[in-house]
Amino acid sequence: MKGAHIFLFIFVMWILIIIGGGILIVFTAPISIIEYGALDSFFTSGVKAVIAITLVAIWIYILSKIKNWIFHKHLSH
Amino acid sequence: MLNQTIPVVLVSSIAFFSVYVTTPFLIKALEKRNLTVKDYNRVGGAMVPRPGGPSIIIGILTSELVLYVFFPTVEIIAILVTTSLAFVVGIIDDRKILGGWFKPVALAVSAIPILLLGAYDSNLAFPLFGSVKIPALYLALIVFMIPITGNTINSIDVLNGVASGFMIIASFALTVSLFIIQNYEIALASLPLGFVSLAFYKYHKFPSRIFPGDSGALTLGAMYGVIAIVGHVEIIAAVALLPAVINSFLFLSSVKRIIEHRAVKSKPVAHTDDFKLMATTDKDAPVTLVRLILAGGSMTEKQIGGVIFKLALFSAALAIITAFMMGLKI
Repeated sequence: MKGAHIFLFIFVMWILIIIGGGILIVFTAPISIIEYGALDSFFTSGVKAVIAITLVAIWIYILSKIKNWIFHKHLSH
Repeated sequence: MLNQTIPVVLVSSIAFFSVYVTTPFLIKALEKRNLTVKDYNRVGGAMVPRPGGPSIIIGILTSELVLYVFFPTVEIIAILVTTSLAFVVGIIDDRKILGGWFKPVALAVSAIPILLLGAYDSNLAFPLFGSVKIPALYLALIVFMIPITGNTINSIDVLNGVASGFMIIASFALTVSLFIIQNYEIALASLPLGFVSLAFYKYHKFPSRIFPGDSGALTLGAMYGVIAIVGHVEIIAAVALLPAVINSFLFLSSVKRIIEHRAVKSKPVAHTDDFKLMATTDKDAPVTLVRLILAGGSMTEKQIGGVIFKLALFSAALAIITAFMMGLKI
């Protein structure tokens, strides 16, 4: 089938989105900093943001590796 | 649900017919003013009127304003304002060649009304696992979302009918998903996007009688992004958009900077003697979705469009599965 490797890449991206969401909720959602009074929500939000951005960076890195693996033959044209 | 039948029929009809009726007039007006561009993929290089954005925005504004009469919500105002601002950004870009950073920054500014109107919920919902509250990060997500969806749709507007055809599939997948998660009001608000795209596709499909231009593509993409935010279906919307996201991802990871497509010197595709499209062997040329499709051999423009629509349908199916998975929890 024409473009079968692209269908595979889309499916892998979808799986990575679901796994990434799971990691974000399981590990990030319960985080709560309660030692700085009025700044608690600020620090909690900041820590969650840093973890989420790190996850996105890892997601892009993995995707880039998978892209090279799936499209290896086509990209070397 | 029964009392929503009248707005569904009315809004869908207005969205469809306003574009269907106004586009031929727009084509004539653009031709009269000599606002045409060469279609390089057509034998003989026909001159095609551009931009089609004005008829697209007329369809969206009229249908959403009618919907606002039935459901006067802040979410519909957010859709109207942000989509209109994205149209303005697009029409400026249609008239003047601007730098690669202009569109992302200007579209980020277009997202500000969503923040000011408070038409969002900072809970980000994921399938199977539930949602996570990310107040600070969500504000950044809103500002990034509109430039991403706008430019993503703009970046696949490279062949006859692809941008509008892709938008029909992605937006109806989003509407179905909104109905599945029982967000009926935003599902209704998303209908004009699908019907406007459907009506425009009639004139944009191969061989194109009009091109959407930046104003058309950015309007469609930005509206898709606003619906994703106000409908709390960000992840579902991202899944439905995956083929276009891949195109942007491949392009950015090969050129490694944000630039306008027209600024790329090495072309990713070329023509065969029988005027089919083929992937070039130029190592400096960016990797794009079309180039990847053509890596298997030369194809006609219509055939490439067919492959892209199959990819869009596949992503739409995954998006609808994701919507069903939103109701499940591990």
